[in-house]
Amino acid sequence: MAKLRIEDLEKITDRMRKVMSLRDGAGRAKITVHMGTCGIAAGARKIMSALIRCVDESAVKDVIFSTSGCAGLCSREPMITIELVGQAPVKYVDLTEDKAKRIFTEHILNGKIVVDCALAIGSEQTL
Amino acid sequence: MKTYRTHLMLCAGTGCVSNGSYRIKAALEAEMAKHNLQEEIAVVMTGCNGFCAQGPVMTVQPDGIFYQLLTVEDIPHLVEEHLLKGRPVKRLMYTPPDAKAPVPKMSDIGFFRKQRLIALRNRGLIDPEKIEEYIARGGYRALAKALSSMSPEEIIEEVKNSQLRGRGGAGYPTGAKWQSAARHKSDVKYIICNADEGDPGAFMDRSIIEGDPHAVIEGMAIAGRAVGSSNGLVYIRAEYPIALERLIMAIGQARDYGLLGKGILGTDFDFDIDIFKGAGAFVCGESSAMRASIQGEPPEPSAKHTHATEAGLWEKPTVLNNVETLAVVPEIIWRGADWFAGIGTEKSKGTKVFSLVGKVKNTGLVEVPMGITLRDIIFDIGGGIQGDRKFKAVQTGGPSGGCIPAALLDMPVDYERLAAAGSMMGSGGMIVMDDETCMVDVARYFLDFLRDESCGKCTACREGVDVMHQIVSDICGGKGKEEHIPLLEELGQAVKDGSMCALGGTASNPVLSTLRYFRDEYEAHIRDRHCPAAVCKALITFSINPEKCKACLLCNKNCPQNAISGEKKKPQKIEQEKCVRCGVCRDVCRFEAVTVQ
Repeated sequence: MAKLRIEDLEKITDRMRKVMSLRDGAGRAKITVHMGTCGIAAGARKIMSALIRCVDESAVKDVIFSTSGCAGLCSREPMITIELVGQAPVKYVDLTEDKAKRIFTEHILNGKIVVDCALAIGSEQTL
Repeated sequence: MKTYRTHLMLCAGTGCVSNGSYRIKAALEAEMAKHNLQEEIAVVMTGCNGFCAQGPVMTVQPDGIFYQLLTVEDIPHLVEEHLLKGRPVKRLMYTPPDAKAPVPKMSDIGFFRKQRLIALRNRGLIDPEKIEEYIARGGYRALAKALSSMSPEEIIEEVKNSQLRGRGGAGYPTGAKWQSAARHKSDVKYIICNADEGDPGAFMDRSIIEGDPHAVIEGMAIAGRAVGSSNGLVYIRAEYPIALERLIMAIGQARDYGLLGKGILGTDFDFDIDIFKGAGAFVCGESSAMRASIQGEPPEPSAKHTHATEAGLWEKPTVLNNVETLAVVPEIIWRGADWFAGIGTEKSKGTKVFSLVGKVKNTGLVEVPMGITLRDIIFDIGGGIQGDRKFKAVQTGGPSGGCIPAALLDMPVDYERLAAAGSMMGSGGMIVMDDETCMVDVARYFLDFLRDESCGKCTACREGVDVMHQIVSDICGGKGKEEHIPLLEELGQAVKDGSMCALGGTASNPVLSTLRYFRDEYEAHIRDRHCPAAVCKALITFSINPEKCKACLLCNKNCPQNAISGEKKKPQKIEQEKCVRCGVCRDVCRFEAVTVQ
């Protein structure tokens, strides 16, 4: 193994950022894949895998994943919710792997909501 | 690095490992494979999380959901519900003693929320067996700073200004120790890390090495740079197998990366670390006895005519620092002395790690700012006394420390105040006692420990502790005499005065501090032949209250001595001459009919 120089510490830190931001639970973007029985039946697992692959292949290091149960709109599954820090969450419905990839590139990387896949902005009120 | 969506941070500290965390790991991996989740979710084994009472514990990141008391049987449900379907499992979450609903997030649990982590900054967040994770959390940047932009004098000045004091017991200023060693010219100097943790119930050093070994290595390297030493040595007990294994692994990784060895980080600084395994003698934690042990001599303390910083190991200038002290050094160098000195009380800065054990609900490892009150530690973080019994005392400082009574619960904890109360900081053991604890029996326990551990060199300690133990045992055994109390006090002082090292010098503390605060208990044992806490077997009798007894015969069947007799459907009776006071009848009785006096 190569002996480290001082500047290498920063390189390792940078390489590990993906892992560490996940542990802090603090990312710039959070993707929630709805994984109720309905979601899984409609293909949510594939959507999850596709999105993980997107993160893997891109240079972003501050995207974190979460899963949630059924969101109540079973007929429109698979669904995901994207939250960028400081912005209202956006729910996307009727997803395919291709749509998920597009959402990743346009919304997460470039900050533009993919209107034709989006159901709504914001979330339901609780209590 | 491969991307995972979730990390399962599963505790692999000694406590959780004993409770089966590696079996949990195997079950998780098998179950995740069933659901084809192994490419999405990784299990990460961390160091001790501190919440040992609830082990095995696991945090699911990035959600921050905290699970506790896991069993292999819980895993299929947990994997399917939470990891697959995104529904956290309430049943496996922690419910605080006085709450009805479980608290899902680790950050919201009182035990964790009130702590401030410096020495334990990486606990539960990294895999201690991966150096890259330590580096990613800011590891070795303090060493880089010390090597690239600070002179050795500046490093020492920074540590002096932080007012860091030794965390191993005596609280000697670390910066002053380093400065003294730096001043003495020598071709060879030693930096020794004291990991010979020996107090009953103390496990902070073990946890730090298990959970974050690189923090100690980095601290030692910085110390080496400051005093001009290239030779590090960790003196660690052989009965800490996990700590030893991870430390050896960490030293190997640091060497591979050039963080130990010659020309560290491309500079001209050389430093390497050896390990010396101790056999677990308590006295070896004392500096001169440790030196003798490393040199292959009998581990006996010797008179300190010169400081170890001038002529220590092999007569070379030597710095001996405790594990926790060394683990906070990188943070002081990185964040600066003012930051550290801004935490704590006037003369005790920073934080202290305590192992909180005994009759407290949340036993475990806690790190708190100096100056926090005992009440905060025991009731807010510790969750109060088991079974909601009455708090009686807390024993701090290990065998050489003392017992602090309930009246002093609001006392802020720092070096000076603990000493003024007749106890000491020591390495940070805290044994909580309730009203079912007999203070004379506690003194007897610690004297028994010290009697075994005295090296025997000084007569006062060797004979004095033994005689004190005999007297206290007599008091517990119902053979106490009026003159025993003044004799104990005189003897205690003599042992203090006549012993060379700190073990003997503090060996009478368990007796003297319990005499100071709980003299009435000694008097009750001696005058009334009565043990108020109903612990000392020679002084108690078990009896069955006929009004409460429902004649279920459970005690009758369970008594190992067949000492309980009575007809069916009639109250039972204990034959005192057969009874050995084991307490089984009281434990099995469902109607609280068995009383002890």
